[in-house]
Amino acid sequence: MKNLRTEPHISDPDGFYAALMEAHRNLDAPASRKLDAKLVLLLANHIGDMAVLHEALAIARGAKPGE
Amino acid sequence: MPSTYAQPRYPFRPHPGGEESAPVVIVGGGLVGLTAALDLAQRGLSVVLLDEDDTVSFGSRAICFAKRSLEIFARLGLGEKFLEKGITWNQGRVFFRSREAYGFNLRPEDGHEFPAFVNLQQYYAEQWLVEACMATGRVDLRWRSRVSGIANSPDGALLTVDTPEGNYTLHAQWLLAADGARSFIREALGLSFTGQVFRDRFLIADVLMNAPFPSERCFWFDPPFHPGQSVLMHKQPDDVWRIDFQLGWDADPELEKDPERVRKRVTDMLGPDMPFDLEWVSVYTFRCRRMERFRHGRVVFLGDAAHQVSPFGARGGNGGVQDADNLCWKLAAVLRGQAPDALLDSYDAERILAADENILNSTRSTDFITPRNDAARAFRDAVLELAEHWAMARPLVNSGRLSRPSTLLGSPLNGPDEAPGRAPPGTPAPDAPVLRGGKPDWLLRHIGADGRFTLLAREVTPVPLSGITTLILVDTPRPDPEGLSVLHDHSGLAAARYGLSPGECVLLRPDQHITARFTTAAPEPILAARDKALAK
Repeated sequence: MKNLRTEPHISDPDGFYAALMEAHRNLDAPASRKLDAKLVLLLANHIGDMAVLHEALAIARGAKPGE
Repeated sequence: MPSTYAQPRYPFRPHPGGEESAPVVIVGGGLVGLTAALDLAQRGLSVVLLDEDDTVSFGSRAICFAKRSLEIFARLGLGEKFLEKGITWNQGRVFFRSREAYGFNLRPEDGHEFPAFVNLQQYYAEQWLVEACMATGRVDLRWRSRVSGIANSPDGALLTVDTPEGNYTLHAQWLLAADGARSFIREALGLSFTGQVFRDRFLIADVLMNAPFPSERCFWFDPPFHPGQSVLMHKQPDDVWRIDFQLGWDADPELEKDPERVRKRVTDMLGPDMPFDLEWVSVYTFRCRRMERFRHGRVVFLGDAAHQVSPFGARGGNGGVQDADNLCWKLAAVLRGQAPDALLDSYDAERILAADENILNSTRSTDFITPRNDAARAFRDAVLELAEHWAMARPLVNSGRLSRPSTLLGSPLNGPDEAPGRAPPGTPAPDAPVLRGGKPDWLLRHIGADGRFTLLAREVTPVPLSGITTLILVDTPRPDPEGLSVLHDHSGLAAARYGLSPGECVLLRPDQHITARFTTAAPEPILAARDKALAK
């Protein structure tokens, strides 16, 4: 992956993960799904770069390093 | 049955029978066939037009005429009628559940003669086209004349034409097939028409009412009055409102046409206190598909016969009108011997590009409007919820990407771009306000109306070029040089939109597209570009 940062970059990984779990607390499956969708859209817009986004999509679909 | 419109009936004239040959035959007297007939007739060609019934469109059908189509109709002399009768709108609004998600303006800049859209029932457009065709004296309109057989050959197509008084044989030296999505010509020639079917149904209710709503395009996702589905509302002339209800694939089309059922849907939407009458009701499904090629020797397909799109974005009728605009000047040039037959291959290149753009846009809109699975619905609802407060989500809202003309960047007809920047070759000519003899005028009115190529030159007087109309843009008013038209670019918008510095010029095709740009008015490169645009 040339464009997407795949080395660790979040300064407080446990804190971020906890915040993510907290955001989903007490939501049913459709509401959780919509929350994730909003997150994806907000972060994708922040990134903006289509090359980065395509690489993220590829990894999410199961691409391995070097593919 | 529409109560606001008296359907004209055109007379059938018996054919003497026997065999006949005609230089150009158009099959299908709908919006696209009639536009092509008028365009060709205004270029001095004689046209036979065959239509299986004896009237215009039944029902309002394609109601949204886009700016580019209006410019084409203006070139054909009908622009004023559309502006006078039609409902002008530039503004769209999108609602999600009971809240407004966002609004958009489709014509963000001023200084164009035509708005983003005019809404008008298709039958008015067709009636005006019929009248204009008759006025040329060159269109032989043959009503109740149905093509029942075709044999294609290198020198044209041999048609069997059925009429109420028997059939006859007509040899079309060139055949324009504008006979709609279920084109007989296409099917009889065994040509494929492939693409995607959408599993959804929609109900059109044209409602007659005296309503105070503004002239805007309103689109609801999942509104309280029609939960889980979408609704689109548009204003038409004669106090008619188009309301389009998404029904879902499982809806029973016959049951949904029941007037009482339609009335209930409309009352649920507008409330019990708004009186209305039903003008026209229709239930439809749609596909996005096209022919592999639009030109098959001397048979050329236009409009829905060649390509079909979803209605979101108003790309069907407008795409078809733009097909006619693209084809007719080329066919006229070939028939007059000014261009080789190969010029017509560029119709394929340019209009397939446009059809693909229309299909892509309307497919994406459909995928947004009709989510195919839970993930798609979650993303769509996420976009719509974010859009109310967060600008980042608004470009993702897709209730229809409304028809815009294609930019023909890769066209084989394009010539040089000696000063790349604004409006590269292949761009539809932008309009701009100008002054002519001190009076307000519009630039596009002077381009293509005479059927010729136009050289638009800023602050330079080119030598006269045969077959090319010269139009001079000046920064300060001055009298016309002999035999040349001068337009005063008082606002500077013409120079800005065409990216013209003083001394530069652009060559425009008869269909109002920029085909080449030059840094000087030296004649040789201009003539070479004109020849290239004629496939010479």
